[in-house]
Amino acid sequence: MSLALLLAPPVLWLGLLIILPHVDLAVLSFRERVGVRQYVASLAQYRTFFAEPLYWHVFVRTAVMSVIATLLTLMFAFPIAWIIAKLLRGRASSLLFSVCLIPFWVSETVRTLGWMILLRESGVLPALLVKLGITAEPVELLYHDATILVGLVYTSLLFMLIPLISSLESLDNALIEAAYDLGANGLTVLRTIVIPHAAPGITAGCIVVFMLTLGNYLTPTLLGGKNSQWFTEQIYTQFITRFNWEQGAAFGFLLLVLSTLIVVVGLRLSGQRFGEVMQRT
Amino acid sequence: MNPQDLVAEAVVKRFADHVAVDSLSFDVARGSFFSILGPSGCGKTTLLRMIAGFIEPDDGDIAIRGKSMRGVAPNRRPVNMVFQQLALFPMMSVGENVEFGLARRGLPPPERRKRSLAMLERVGLAAAVDKRVDALSGGQRQRVAIARSLVLEPTLLLLDEPLGALDLKLREHMKIELKQLQAAFGTTFVYITHDQSEALVLSDRVAVMNQGRFEQLGSPQDLYYRPETAFVAGFVGANNRILGRATGGDAETLEVATADGWKIRVQANSAVRHGELVEAFVRPEVVVLARDPAELPMGHGHNAGEVESLLFDGANSAVLLREVQTRREIRVALPQTGQFSDLRVGERIAFSFDVKRAACFPARSGQHE
Repeated sequence: MSLALLLAPPVLWLGLLIILPHVDLAVLSFRERVGVRQYVASLAQYRTFFAEPLYWHVFVRTAVMSVIATLLTLMFAFPIAWIIAKLLRGRASSLLFSVCLIPFWVSETVRTLGWMILLRESGVLPALLVKLGITAEPVELLYHDATILVGLVYTSLLFMLIPLISSLESLDNALIEAAYDLGANGLTVLRTIVIPHAAPGITAGCIVVFMLTLGNYLTPTLLGGKNSQWFTEQIYTQFITRFNWEQGAAFGFLLLVLSTLIVVVGLRLSGQRFGEVMQRT
Repeated sequence: MNPQDLVAEAVVKRFADHVAVDSLSFDVARGSFFSILGPSGCGKTTLLRMIAGFIEPDDGDIAIRGKSMRGVAPNRRPVNMVFQQLALFPMMSVGENVEFGLARRGLPPPERRKRSLAMLERVGLAAAVDKRVDALSGGQRQRVAIARSLVLEPTLLLLDEPLGALDLKLREHMKIELKQLQAAFGTTFVYITHDQSEALVLSDRVAVMNQGRFEQLGSPQDLYYRPETAFVAGFVGANNRILGRATGGDAETLEVATADGWKIRVQANSAVRHGELVEAFVRPEVVVLARDPAELPMGHGHNAGEVESLLFDGANSAVLLREVQTRREIRVALPQTGQFSDLRVGERIAFSFDVKRAACFPARSGQHE
C-alpha cells in the first residue's frame, strides 16, 4: 500500500504526461483525413515525409547540426571541466562553476535575445567591428548556421559540464602522475588515461546535449530566422499553422526515432552501455 | 666502492610557510637499497617527488648516474615510481599496465607483449596477464606495480610507502618479497617509509629524516646500536627515554639525575656538558632482571622495580616496571629463554643495565624537566 503511494507520483507523471500523449500521437500519425471528421488508418503521413525533399532535407540537416553542436560543446566544456575539477581548488573552483551556472538563472528566451542584441546588424559586435576597422560597414551576424551553433553550444554548455566535472573529479591524480612517470606525454595521458576514465561522463553529457539540441525550438528559430530550417519548426508549422495534427504527429515520431537511433549508434561507437553511463554519472 | 646512481647536492625545497627539504646532500650506491625513514610531514615525500621530477628543487642539484636532472621532465628521467596507492590503471588489464611504459617508448606490440610476460613471469603473475587489475589481491597488485616499473629497467626505482595500504600479515610477507625482488633485479631502490621496521629489515642504508634534514645516515645496525641524536634513538626501535641533568661522571660514564631524584649512569657523550639537560635512552632488551639483586651483573648498579603490567607477545614479550622510588615507568624485554615468564603483577624485582649500552644526548629544544 505504502509502496503504491510512494510510486504514485512518478507513475502518474510518466503515464499522464509522457506515455498517454505519445500513444495519442502515435494513433494520430497513423491516420489520414478523408473528409470532414472522417479518418482512415494509413501511412500517408510518413509517405509525405519521404516524398517531399524539403522535409527530409531539414530532418537530416537538423541531425547533422545537432551532432556538430554536441561535439563543439564537448570541445569547449572539456577544458573548462578540467580546470574546475583538477587545476583549481576550493573557492576558485566553485567560483568558476558559478560563472558557468549564472546565465542559466535567466530564461532561455532572454538569453537568446541577449545574443540577438549583440549580433544583429545594428548591434554591439558589428558596431565594434566597424570601430576597430575590421569591416567597413556593419555586417549582419544573425541568421547564419554558425550563429545557430554559437547559440546551441552556449545553451548546452552547463549540461555537458556537470557530468564531465563529476567524472574528472573521480579521476585519481596519482594515475596521471603514474602515466607521466612511465614515459607518457600530455597527449597520451589524455588518450590512454583521462578519456577512458571520463568516457561515461562524456557519453552522458553528449546524450543530454544532443537530445536538448535536437529538440530545441527557440534558439534555432530566433538566431537562425527563416534560414534555420530546424525540424522542430516543421512540427510547429504542422500543428499550429497548418492545423495538420496528423502530419505533425508523424514528424514528432520521426524525430524520436532519429534521436534514439543516433544515441544508440553513439553508444556503440564509444563502446559504452546506457545503464552503466546513467549509473556512473 | 660502487659508482653512485643518485647524488643529491644541497637540495632545498621551500613551501609558503616552511622549509620542507633543508639543504640535503647524500648519495646512493648502485644496486643498493636506500631508505628514508621519518615521521609524516618530515619532507620525505617531497624529497622523493623531487627525485621523480614532479617537483623542482628551489636550490641544489639532483644527479642520476652523473647527469643533472635539472629541467628534465618526469617522463624523461631514468627513474620510475611505485606509488603509495599503487596507481594501477583500472581501465587496463594487468598485461596492458605492464606494457604501458614500453608502448610509450614505441616498442612494437609483439615485443611489448614478450617483455611484459617475461616480467610478470619473474614476479609470479604470468597467469594473471589478462585479468582486470581490480580482480587481484593486495599483494598481487603490489607486484604488478613493481613489475610495471621494473620492465622499463630504470636506474632508480622509487617506492613511496608502498606497503602502507596492506594489512599487517601481508605487509610482513611483502617486506621479504621486496627484499628478494631487489636482490634478484639488482636495481637501486629508494624507499620512503614511516615504519622503522620496514626500513631496518629492507635497507642497506637508512637515512632518518626529521624536519627536512637527515638526523643520521647509516646502516640499520648503526641507527639501532649507535644513534647519533636523541631523535634517532627515540624513533628507531623501542626505547625508554629518561630526561634528566648531567650531574657528574668520568671519561667513560655520565651520571644523570632526574628531577624526581633518580640517578642512573649512562655512556659518556662528549657533546654533553656538565649541568646540562639531557635525554638518556635505555633499550628494553638492555635491561637485565633479577629476583635477587646479588645476581645482577657486576658494575651495572642496581635499581628496584615493581611489575606494573605484563605484555605477553610470544618472543617479543615485555614487562612494564615502576621504579620504586620515583614510580617512573620502564619497559623491559623478557629474555627469550622463558626465564621470568612466571612474573606476577605487583611483584618486586631488581633490574640494571649495561652503562655502555645506554646512550645520552643533549636534550632537544622544547624539552622541560
